[in-house]
Amino acid sequence: MSSAALSDDEQLRARFSELKPPLTTQAAVIESDRCLNCFDAPCTAACPTHIDVPGFIKRIATGNLRGSAMRILDANILGASCARVCPVDVLCEGACVLTRQNRKPIQIGQLQRHAMDAFWASGETVPMYAQGARKVRVACIGGGPASLACAAELCRRGSQATVIDRRDLPGGLNTYGVAEYKLRAADSVREVEMIRRLGVQFRCGVEVDSAPALEALEKEFDCIFLGLGLGAMQRLNIPGEEANGVINALELIAAYKTGHLKELRGTVAVVGAGNTAIDAANAARRLGASTVYMVYRRSESEMSAFDFEYEHAKQEGVQFLWNRLPVAIREEAHGRLLLDTVQVRQQEGKLERVPESEAEIACDMVVPAIGQSPLTQILQELRGIEVRDGKIVADRATGQTGNPRYYAGGDCVNGGREVVDAVAWGKRAALAMLKSAEVAHA
Amino acid sequence: MPDIEVRNFAGKINSPNPFWLASAPPTNTGEMIMRAFDAGWGGAVWKTIGEPITNVSSRYSAMDWNGQRVVGFNNIELISDRTVEQNLREMAEVKKRYPKNAVIASLMVASTREAWHEIVTRAEDAGADGLELNFGCPHGMSERGMGSAVGQVPEYAEMITAWVKEKARTPVLVKLTPNISDIRTVARAAKRGGADGLSAINTINSITGIDLDTFVPRPNVDGKSSHGGYCGPAVKPIALNMVQQILADPEAALPLSGIGGIGTWRDATEFLLLGCGTVQVCTAVMHYGYRIVEDMAEGLDNWMREKGFKTIEDFRGLSLNRVTEWKHLNLNYKIVAHIEEQKCIGCDLCHIACWDGAHQCIHLDRVTGPVDGHVELHRTPAAEEAESRTSIAETPVTRKERAVAFAQGPYPTPLERIPRVDETECVGCNLCSLVCPVDGCITMVQVDTGLKPETWDERTRGAACVTQTQAP
Repeated sequence: MSSAALSDDEQLRARFSELKPPLTTQAAVIESDRCLNCFDAPCTAACPTHIDVPGFIKRIATGNLRGSAMRILDANILGASCARVCPVDVLCEGACVLTRQNRKPIQIGQLQRHAMDAFWASGETVPMYAQGARKVRVACIGGGPASLACAAELCRRGSQATVIDRRDLPGGLNTYGVAEYKLRAADSVREVEMIRRLGVQFRCGVEVDSAPALEALEKEFDCIFLGLGLGAMQRLNIPGEEANGVINALELIAAYKTGHLKELRGTVAVVGAGNTAIDAANAARRLGASTVYMVYRRSESEMSAFDFEYEHAKQEGVQFLWNRLPVAIREEAHGRLLLDTVQVRQQEGKLERVPESEAEIACDMVVPAIGQSPLTQILQELRGIEVRDGKIVADRATGQTGNPRYYAGGDCVNGGREVVDAVAWGKRAALAMLKSAEVAHA
Repeated sequence: MPDIEVRNFAGKINSPNPFWLASAPPTNTGEMIMRAFDAGWGGAVWKTIGEPITNVSSRYSAMDWNGQRVVGFNNIELISDRTVEQNLREMAEVKKRYPKNAVIASLMVASTREAWHEIVTRAEDAGADGLELNFGCPHGMSERGMGSAVGQVPEYAEMITAWVKEKARTPVLVKLTPNISDIRTVARAAKRGGADGLSAINTINSITGIDLDTFVPRPNVDGKSSHGGYCGPAVKPIALNMVQQILADPEAALPLSGIGGIGTWRDATEFLLLGCGTVQVCTAVMHYGYRIVEDMAEGLDNWMREKGFKTIEDFRGLSLNRVTEWKHLNLNYKIVAHIEEQKCIGCDLCHIACWDGAHQCIHLDRVTGPVDGHVELHRTPAAEEAESRTSIAETPVTRKERAVAFAQGPYPTPLERIPRVDETECVGCNLCSLVCPVDGCITMVQVDTGLKPETWDERTRGAACVTQTQAP
């Protein structure tokens, strides 16, 4: 595994230039000085990993940048990527008390990035904690944020952790699924490298998809952490979905991030209106599509995307087609597609087709983006682990499942939230494993 | 319209307003002073005239705080580096062109009667409206037996003032150094020597800071630094205190030109309320230019209009006798903090300030149930914080979750974050209201104690009587 696996494509970098350029040193200090340094700060409480926000911000103000980065990393080992990808409006910055005074919230995400950028520039490494009395050996299945956080926390405390992922590069959606203008795949890989230096082992390109594979892991490790993420993207389940030119949102994003897709032309229709749908639509625009539609069966007020994502998509020139349901995809000459749609309206909580409202959208690509399906395959193999509504049932405080040697966290437990939520799950599970090992040996 | 003109200050100095430039870089040349008068300054005290000196390069340093530049300012520049002739020639020109503005000659020469007699005569011949004797310069000049070397020894100050008065036809102001344990001793000496007025305060000895890379204090002159003179907004409270001390002392009080951290009409008005007849400004002009005087004049004018004052004399000195010795303060006056829930933004700085810096009487127990009483009954801030770190938070990803997360309660801030004051324990120290970032959120409310006013002086005198009568 190395970032060499990612092509550093100049055109890609130009097309996906950073959404928010970093703060200059002085701007960061001025912004840090603005922070009131609240007691038991609401921003810290709102952060799923409870980063000591005023603590790291005031360290920027005094020029203690190493201390600032450590403050962040101690709470959230993926502090660098969270600084870029967190929906801060509904988390720390949304909780900033200044908003109650009609003042702009502190730019917490940008300041966190400033501290983490300084950390990278300094070439510092993450120090180990004082070693606990008990060591555990843990396999973390899935290479995304939940597993990385779990493994890093364990290794920093002197235990052993091995991250197993089916992809070539670890990092999960941080590497393959986040819009490049927010977080570059190379930055995600760099963060993983930092975690590797803590002593975390990686087994990439390895699928754990059978009972024997799990049994082998059970023999090798004391505990198993399931950071599986979600399953494949949901299918539209309409005729013509197998046509060339139909590519789901996560495939599209991974393809351009790994350099396999460099350019798009013509018209792209993205189906869905969540945050991933917006990432895909914006990507299509930046890759060169002249027209990008977002086709959503419900109304503007019901879309699940964050408000700032919606605003961003409008700025990127994405057009929205509300209350429109795709019903079929037809292949035309020269690789073009026709997406058949029909207007729908809410009727007693159900969507009802509006008569004679059919319309076809001529396009070059259809991008289903209606969410990921829950994982089912591997879960059937797991003994003693309850799966409810496609989600692994695990204790919120510890991540422990019905099988005491199995812990779980992240999207496979919470049904799909943010990177920072996954990190929090992974960290809590690691601490719980260590605690349980101590209790067992007491 | 209020009249802010100054008439017959220290006997016979007039100026269109009380705002003067202090003797400093902004009054270095005639050209500068004329531009200042054009901008609206009422008077200017010329950069100190004497035998020309040689300055070092790298002369100023400043203290910044919390993102604000130049909260305090420091200099090691000496008096004028231009000849006496040059300065006085320009002074004559300024007086000719600006007859209504006050031009004061700041003087500093060797401590001989002849030298002082000569410079006084020459300055007055050039048209100076008054003289300011620089007994305050704390650096460089003092090493040569001038400036604060004179101003720190009452006998010298009195003697030189008397020499000057032997010749002077215009009012003589003595500029006082604050670098002395009791500024009144020199003020009294100046009065005994016959001074017509005082200027206070000069700059305060300082080292503004040390470069953590080179280990050299600022300003760095080729690897070394020297004690400078501190001024700017940070020194205003010290200046106000000294001005009050001087003016409240009958043996020291003279017409006073107030100096120290003045940058706005508000600052200036405070000095006038203590009894100053004029004020002098330097650092704020060095920071922002002569133009700041416009708001100073307008602001004072508007304030006087609002308060119904027609002239400066209507309010000058009104605050002087509002300062008293501690022993004359009413011990039975009681105030307690009051938090306005609608204004609270939930920073809880009052809570931590009260716990760690005051009397542990502001609590976060509105939801769990109020507990009045001593510290032992309450959870510590550290325990509160630790508990909050163990809570589980999740990103509200759906619209419904966001609606719950950002739901509005009866107040802008959730009740559990609005602190509560335990009035039975509150000592009325003001700390919470000082750290609260919201205007008007925490007010100190008077509580009727039912007791008659009583000072420490009265109480101990009473006690002394009781002891006496009880004695066998």
